[in-house]
Amino acid sequence: MSEVLIRSSSSNQRQAGAGSGAQVETFKYDNSIVRAFAIATVVWGIVGMVAGLLAATQLFAPAANLNLQFITFGRLRPLHTNAVIFAFVGNGMFMGIYYSLQRLCKARMFSDLLSWINFWGWQAIIVSAAITLPLGFTSSKEYAELEWPIDIAIAVVWVIFTVNLFGTILKRRERHMYVAIWFYIATAVTVAVLHIVNSMEVPASLFKSYSMYAGVQDALVQWWYGHNAVAFFLTTPYLGLMYYFLPKAANRPVFSYRLSIIHFWALIFIYIWAGPHHLLYTALPDWAQSLGMVFSVMLVAPSWGGMLNGLLTLRGAWDKVRQDPMLKFMVVAVTAYGMATLEGPTLAIKSVNALSHYTSWTIAHVHTGALGWNGFLTFSVLYWLYPRLYNTKLWSVKLANYHFWVALLGMVFYIVPIYAAGVTEGLMWKQFNKDGFLQYPNFLEVVQAILPMYVLRAVGGTLYICGVFLMAFNLYKTAKSGQFVPEQEAQAAPLTREGAVAGHGHWHRWLEAKPLTFTALAVVAILVGGMVEIIPMWLVKQNVPTISSVKPYSSLELLGRDIYIREGCLGCHSQMIRPFRSETERYGEYSKAGEFVYDHPFTWGSKRTGPDLHRVGGKYPEAWHYNHMDDPRSTSPGSIMPRYSWLLTQKLDTATLPARIKALRSVGVPYPEGYENGPAQKELEAQAAKVVTNLKVGSVTANPDREIIAVIAYLQRLGTDIKAATPAPATAAAN
Amino acid sequence: MPVILILILASLAVALAFLGAFIWAVKAGQFEDTCTPGMRILSEDEPARQKASRNEKQQAAEAAKGQTG
Repeated sequence: MSEVLIRSSSSNQRQAGAGSGAQVETFKYDNSIVRAFAIATVVWGIVGMVAGLLAATQLFAPAANLNLQFITFGRLRPLHTNAVIFAFVGNGMFMGIYYSLQRLCKARMFSDLLSWINFWGWQAIIVSAAITLPLGFTSSKEYAELEWPIDIAIAVVWVIFTVNLFGTILKRRERHMYVAIWFYIATAVTVAVLHIVNSMEVPASLFKSYSMYAGVQDALVQWWYGHNAVAFFLTTPYLGLMYYFLPKAANRPVFSYRLSIIHFWALIFIYIWAGPHHLLYTALPDWAQSLGMVFSVMLVAPSWGGMLNGLLTLRGAWDKVRQDPMLKFMVVAVTAYGMATLEGPTLAIKSVNALSHYTSWTIAHVHTGALGWNGFLTFSVLYWLYPRLYNTKLWSVKLANYHFWVALLGMVFYIVPIYAAGVTEGLMWKQFNKDGFLQYPNFLEVVQAILPMYVLRAVGGTLYICGVFLMAFNLYKTAKSGQFVPEQEAQAAPLTREGAVAGHGHWHRWLEAKPLTFTALAVVAILVGGMVEIIPMWLVKQNVPTISSVKPYSSLELLGRDIYIREGCLGCHSQMIRPFRSETERYGEYSKAGEFVYDHPFTWGSKRTGPDLHRVGGKYPEAWHYNHMDDPRSTSPGSIMPRYSWLLTQKLDTATLPARIKALRSVGVPYPEGYENGPAQKELEAQAAKVVTNLKVGSVTANPDREIIAVIAYLQRLGTDIKAATPAPATAAAN
Repeated sequence: MPVILILILASLAVALAFLGAFIWAVKAGQFEDTCTPGMRILSEDEPARQKASRNEKQQAAEAAKGQTG
């Protein structure tokens, strides 16, 4: 070790006076904030996973929603994804960063106040998400479902975290920035930009907004964000944690520090262009699809470089893996990272994606990452941190080992059946018989075929959660058996100010303290303000429909569409028919980009638990929809769709209609001036009356002022605009 | 597809910022030594603990913990 210390001090030559250790400073690491985030990680992890298990159960037992709209799959799924991504992994990330950053920088966090604002602000955001999502307040954009006031809160808290991060880096006592710090920087900066660009929306009321972008453009922005959320929220911060905690636990340096640097720079420069692979074979222009595919395939190189670097760190230390459950978790996490990052580029190849897209394969893929990479790494760090925070030993190594095997088994039981389900779906959807007809024209045949896999998946999920409970108990006992160390004393020589940032010592002085916070917030405000001004003006002109028969939604259809979004219908139903014969045979004409120019936000969806709905308009009579919503199994035996009986009884809220129309007009939907003051309401009533008349044909008596009427009007409109160009009337479905 | 311009601009801004950071890092000599940084994080806590003016018992306990960790 002495050799190491000598070499390390020689690398600090520019730092006058530090080599002799003349002006050593004593300071304290803040462990309280780390413990707070650790507790939050465990608590929200359990909440998020239980929500996921309930959602998974509803997929084979729809009645598990207890006929409560608040916990029905469509609303529960975003709650699950947000909870595990932003609450579980988010808190886990902060926990690891707040612990390791202080030690890597040999400095306490920049500001305790900012640390605690970060903590409580983040928890408040999570709580507000847990309240608003079940209530149906959603933007419907995946992993960005939260409505605009919460979006603003996220931006503010994130900036505060970023300021705290940079503030700590600026006052560091170690000149060299260890590779983990680079990963943290990339996370902070990129997530801010992604979040702000994707969350551009115009409020119509306190908890309802419309995306500034429409249709294809919205889809592109969303998946640019969506994929990079995976990259910069679930991957880069955790890679930083891997590069810190894995060598610490193994007590040996990372296999190749040089490789870790190459890993970092290659990864961040390639990752950001990969988003369009979520939109292969959709109405997105082909060149953009190819661009996304090429960059996605390239990603395998840096990702595997990182994985191998992690695993090879353990060379010669595999005996430790046998003894230390923390290392066991770490090894599986890094291996899962490797599997997911090989699978990801594979799925991003167009011909593979043709089979896998919309199937459960994608779900299996993300859970390899979520359960394996993020979950196991979080557990590993928790097992490592708790004994250190409490100055004791882990209460039970045996219990931690049980957790490991239970979690591993749970992961296998989750992922393997869902892979099988995904491939089964993909093949059955595409299968033609020898006469050239679809082998399985009834979508429900495919649903029935994969139900056993859904059941097994829930078993796997249950095991995984049981493991987390074992961990929570073990950590609690560990905490009880030790004495919490809120402040850990450390000593290091300061960097001399002038030499601190290679000759740039003068510019950062004024940044320290409050102006740093202020400047960062001001920059964000200017960025947001500028984009709010520029984007609509510029995009509105581009929203001229290229298909002249495509018209904006009527007022009733608009409210129906908003209910469709509120209920999260797009969690299970896509609205994007790809140009394959198997799809045009099943669903109808493939979807064109020009059909979505008034869709704020786009509702293409990404999963077909149920069939595509883009051409559902006019396919069934109104009464069919009514009965189907009341009880899907009355019209479609074997369906796993939940009942939406509340749509039949709840009154349609028309009070916000003018505000909604105004908001949509401001983002470029050409509703005539004054449409919202009278004509919209009149038109709504007329159309509702027509739906009621059509329902009577099917012996259904309904009130015209119920939500179901708006939903039916919307569904009957879907995909009919380009049919309207031909003589056949679009809504004459009630035959 | 005009929105792709926004995305390209935002992505380029981020990429250029990181390029700047990369150039700074290279010039500042961050990557000159690719050997010791990996080892340094393993020893970061020891000097502080040995010099810490806390009671002997705690010191010993922490040192022992550092060994096993």
